[in-house]
Amino acid sequence: MRFLETFFNTQVIANYLPDLIDAMGVTLGLAVTTIIAGVLGGALLACLRVAGIRWVNFFIIVFANMMRALPPLVLILILYFGMPSLGINLSGWMVIYLVLSAVLIAFAEEIFWGGLTAVPAGQWEAGRATGLSRAQTLFYIAFPQAARMGIPPLVNRTLATTKLTALGSVIGVKEILSVSSSAQSFSGSATPLTMAAIAYLVIFVPAVIASHRIERHYQYAT
Amino acid sequence: MDAFLNTFFNFEIMAQALPLLLKGAFMTLKLCSVVILCGLIGGLGLALAALSPNKLLKWVSVVWIDFFRAFPPLVLLVFVYSGLPFAGIKMSPFMAVVVAFFLNNSAYFAEVFRAGIKSIPRGQSEAARATGLSTAQAMFHVILPQAVRNVLPDLLSNTVEVVKLTSLASVVSLSELLYSANMARSVTYNASPLVLAAGLYLLVLWPLVRVTSRYQRGLAVN
Amino acid sequence: MNADRTMLEITALEKRFDQTEVLKNIDLRVREGEMVFVIGPSGSGKSTMLRCCNRLEEPTSGAIMIDGQRITDIPRRDLDRMRLKVGMVFQGFHLYPHMSVVKNVMLAQTKALKRPAAEAEARALEMLDQVGLRHKADAMPNELSGGQQQRVAIARALALDPKVMLFDEPTSALDPELVGSVLKVMKDLRAKGMTMLVVSHEMAFAREAADRVIFMDGGYVVEQGTPDEVFGNPKSDRLKSFLARVLNTDEDAA
Repeated sequence: MRFLETFFNTQVIANYLPDLIDAMGVTLGLAVTTIIAGVLGGALLACLRVAGIRWVNFFIIVFANMMRALPPLVLILILYFGMPSLGINLSGWMVIYLVLSAVLIAFAEEIFWGGLTAVPAGQWEAGRATGLSRAQTLFYIAFPQAARMGIPPLVNRTLATTKLTALGSVIGVKEILSVSSSAQSFSGSATPLTMAAIAYLVIFVPAVIASHRIERHYQYAT
Repeated sequence: MDAFLNTFFNFEIMAQALPLLLKGAFMTLKLCSVVILCGLIGGLGLALAALSPNKLLKWVSVVWIDFFRAFPPLVLLVFVYSGLPFAGIKMSPFMAVVVAFFLNNSAYFAEVFRAGIKSIPRGQSEAARATGLSTAQAMFHVILPQAVRNVLPDLLSNTVEVVKLTSLASVVSLSELLYSANMARSVTYNASPLVLAAGLYLLVLWPLVRVTSRYQRGLAVN
Repeated sequence: MNADRTMLEITALEKRFDQTEVLKNIDLRVREGEMVFVIGPSGSGKSTMLRCCNRLEEPTSGAIMIDGQRITDIPRRDLDRMRLKVGMVFQGFHLYPHMSVVKNVMLAQTKALKRPAAEAEARALEMLDQVGLRHKADAMPNELSGGQQQRVAIARALALDPKVMLFDEPTSALDPELVGSVLKVMKDLRAKGMTMLVVSHEMAFAREAADRVIFMDGGYVVEQGTPDEVFGNPKSDRLKSFLARVLNTDEDAA
């Protein structure tokens, strides 16, 4: 009974549910905007890399390796605490959005690029031999195949990156974790944390199950 | 430009902060070794359970894996650190981090092992059984060595993720690398210690990230 | 059609990869409506020569004329338009696996030739009909046999109304029982007056259907003539030993 009182206090649930629902909106909003920027940006960089301009590729590779190697929280703190000294004030939301997008762009770029290098040379030749330009061959023939190969790892990486939205709590973004953490210390009850856990499960369990489906689908399709 | 250098690359401040950061780096190292070791062992156990013919064991471990994969690791950490004390389970920050990241990581490692084991053709275990090996012997001497080799890149990139993950321990005031850097930042009002920490992370993780993308390319060529 | 008109002419073609000379001074002429076979041991430069004809390979020196145009002088950015006039069929088919058969045949028509989609589709179906695969229009490439895939690849090239068709070992990747269907399509094409340059190991077919046969070895054109001359009365030792080898393996296989 004391357990229920601590983790499922109905009064506390009723008090904080509206805030938490708002916070879910913030988390979802961050996740969706990050996914859009990350996947599009990654696709763009991978395609740009095909052009084979040496200094451009150098920057893409350095950017991709750096964003994949650095813990996102380090980047978040650097931007959040460093930029104001340069007179640039970014909101916590903006910092999380920028960092997570950059991270997802880096991973997506590597995934798409891996796919592009796996498209057989004959596919390019067939396209070029029928009079398609390089860009057309990339757009209509190589990239669609690369994207298909990349879908399973991309889905996984997208999930992992969107889960990092919880890092917003460190710099005061009113997403699920920060709202429930402050509710917990305010109410002196663990219930808000339980609510947060459930909120995350509501968002991510369907996503994980969907990712299994997608993985299986594309495994057999190729 | 000067403002930028002064904010992010102030060598004087970096030099002052370095001893503190190295102490933090040592804690990060300690944390990584414990978490990675536990994660690998736990993950292998979970994977074997998830592939076992026992329906109940299989079902429980599959749900367990998906559950902890769906949970943002920071939420898990906050729950273990600030939630469980309400239930009378109190842990040091170090223990809380180890427990939370063990739950998270073993699930990820389990997925990798599971994929690896499933990638080995049935004939291998049949051949092993036919030569008189027990199920366990076939698994450990025939299946697992091949499976691990097949998923080495994934194991490696997962390990990189663990190292990055330990930076979250700063949220519960465990004095690892990022926490120390942020501490130095707040004392000096300067972001350079954070940049120095980023440099230390890159020093270790950049080569590993490069290896993982080479692996990807290697697979792509085949 | 003018049987004396030269459709494809190669003059003094050379190709070097780093230090190795793959093609040394190749001269070759294909008249309009002619089907010319190129035979020779592997590594003799046949495929490289063929790929120079639509500049998938860049010649080191020499000239190639196609339909009165010196294609070796075309700047890189204008290659796409030239390639529309030169159809190519690859050993490995190279159908686009993510598109249906009819979409494979339509793609370059709509994107490179800028045909309206409806017209491109009609043309695609007509070409698929010609290779006997209209009923597979909506299938995906991986649902087809190798022979069927190769016939779709031929239709894909034909749909662009090329002046010349290049065949790079079109049957080498096929199971023996599927070779016939592809050869039949090539024979039909010849009857329709298509100009064709074919690199192939199908000696029996070359003997039966080719207008002329070219024998290449070591980067040179060693001998050329009618099938009867080349197969029936080889002059050079190299051709003799090549034919002996090839015919022997044929017997072994049989």
